[in-house]
Amino acid sequence: MDSRDIYHEMIVDYSRNPANFGRLENPDVTHHDANPLCGDSIDMDLKIDDSVISDVKFHGRGCAICMACSSVLTEITKGKTLDDARSISKNDVLEELGLERLQAIRIKCALLSLKTLKMALYKYITEHMTEDADSLKDEAAGLY
Amino acid sequence: MQSSWSDIRHDFPILSRTVRDGRPLVYLDNAATTQKPNQVVDTITDYYRSHNANAHRAVYALAEESTKMYESARDKVAGFINARDRSEIIFVRGTTEAINMVAYAWGRANVGKGDVVVTTEYEHHSNIVPWQLLTQEKGASLRYILMDDEGCLMLDTLDDILDEGRTKLVAFSMMSNVLGTITDVEQITSRCRRAGVPTLVDGAQAVPHMRVDVESLGCDFFAFSGHKMMGPTGVGVLWARKSMLEKMRPFHGGGDMIREVHKYESTWNDLPYKFEAGTPNIADVVGLGAAVDYLERIGMGNVRRHERELTAYALAKMADVPGLTVYGPRDPDRRGGVISFNFADVHPHDVAQIMDEDGVAIRSGHHCAQVLMERLDVAATSRASFYVYNTKGEVDVLVGALRKVAEVFKLG
Repeated sequence: MDSRDIYHEMIVDYSRNPANFGRLENPDVTHHDANPLCGDSIDMDLKIDDSVISDVKFHGRGCAICMACSSVLTEITKGKTLDDARSISKNDVLEELGLERLQAIRIKCALLSLKTLKMALYKYITEHMTEDADSLKDEAAGLY
Repeated sequence: MQSSWSDIRHDFPILSRTVRDGRPLVYLDNAATTQKPNQVVDTITDYYRSHNANAHRAVYALAEESTKMYESARDKVAGFINARDRSEIIFVRGTTEAINMVAYAWGRANVGKGDVVVTTEYEHHSNIVPWQLLTQEKGASLRYILMDDEGCLMLDTLDDILDEGRTKLVAFSMMSNVLGTITDVEQITSRCRRAGVPTLVDGAQAVPHMRVDVESLGCDFFAFSGHKMMGPTGVGVLWARKSMLEKMRPFHGGGDMIREVHKYESTWNDLPYKFEAGTPNIADVVGLGAAVDYLERIGMGNVRRHERELTAYALAKMADVPGLTVYGPRDPDRRGGVISFNFADVHPHDVAQIMDEDGVAIRSGHHCAQVLMERLDVAATSRASFYVYNTKGEVDVLVGALRKVAEVFKLG
């Protein structure tokens, strides 16, 4: 992808003004993850009421792609049931920003937040519910 | 030396290739690894084509040749860094293995509970993590020589630690892989010698770029890698004073490092073989020898002069770019050809990605120096690093690519 296709206005804007950026007070679950080679690092806080994600925020440091994708993902996630949130796919995030053809080395920047979300959901479901969440863990590990 | 700097580029065909839709490659990631001249590639190919046999073992002609080639590389390396004795040169996989060897084979026998190992704030992870592992295992502590805001070590912080009297080793880099800062090695080794403390120098960034004389540096251990000095990957060197090596137990056990093996005990081979267990990386060691020959032909003084000039030129050009923060010493005499920077609020990955489209290969990230990133209070930096084959024209392309970054990210 050409950098002018990647760094369109939405991405540049989100990199400076990310959506849902910050911390939640008393989150029901929180998870941290980082890409060891590039230093992108984020924390995601979720508030969950009656199996619905009523609020979500993230904070951390990352490149424009990481910030924009985290913003879009939190917007997609908010208001979803746990079941619907579980099935958010990488294309749901990439398509929203026109990044489907992003080169492999940058995919990890784009999907760090999704990986973090999947692991946060895994944590919550394992701690609070009876259903099996191992598929979420596998999915997180195999995202990129 | 060669007739001109641009002639050198003919020895590196990779530098003539294009990337990303026909852009000429501008390779500025030499602190990570350097390109290899034909002379090195051909030497390795010739070794495999015509001389390959296991070294040090058989009596037939090929084995004699491969042993001779391997051992002659040891002589070249010994001469290159002015080692007093060829048996002080131990071939390893790289700087990381060399430092781990010292941490394991020397450190475990000499560092105990309550002792102190000292490193610095601008080390590569390979000169931090082995010491964390060692000090944690032994109940010792790891302390740091602190760095000032320009990226130079504050040696009074070393004096304070040495005064406490528990220091067993001081391990530091001769040149920072992020800031380019050149460490005043002799200032540290002389202080340590007065205190009776051995020193280890990480020379991975120094040996490829300047004349190194391990005897006059006054250290006890010195580590470096082949692939950052035009040699192949997978080969490096631990130099250590013979008196240290003689007292050390082996690192890896196996073939070649023994004199006699019995059911329950063994005796060790002479130096340096005691520390070279298993079939060595013969072809790449021979390739490293060719890299040493190549650098000797240019002359390390010339290498340093060329890179100093490029660095001074780049620093001056970059000072004209609004919004650019350059880290490390401003004086090109105090730094090597490594320039780390951040550009306004643009993340280094995004900078590197946009530059890549102009064929410019720079590095972005924490450069295996997260302790330093914390000290600088940044998540990452972009880094351009030079070698003898780089030109002022390439620096101009780098600076031009920065303008494109400014445009894409709408920087005022």
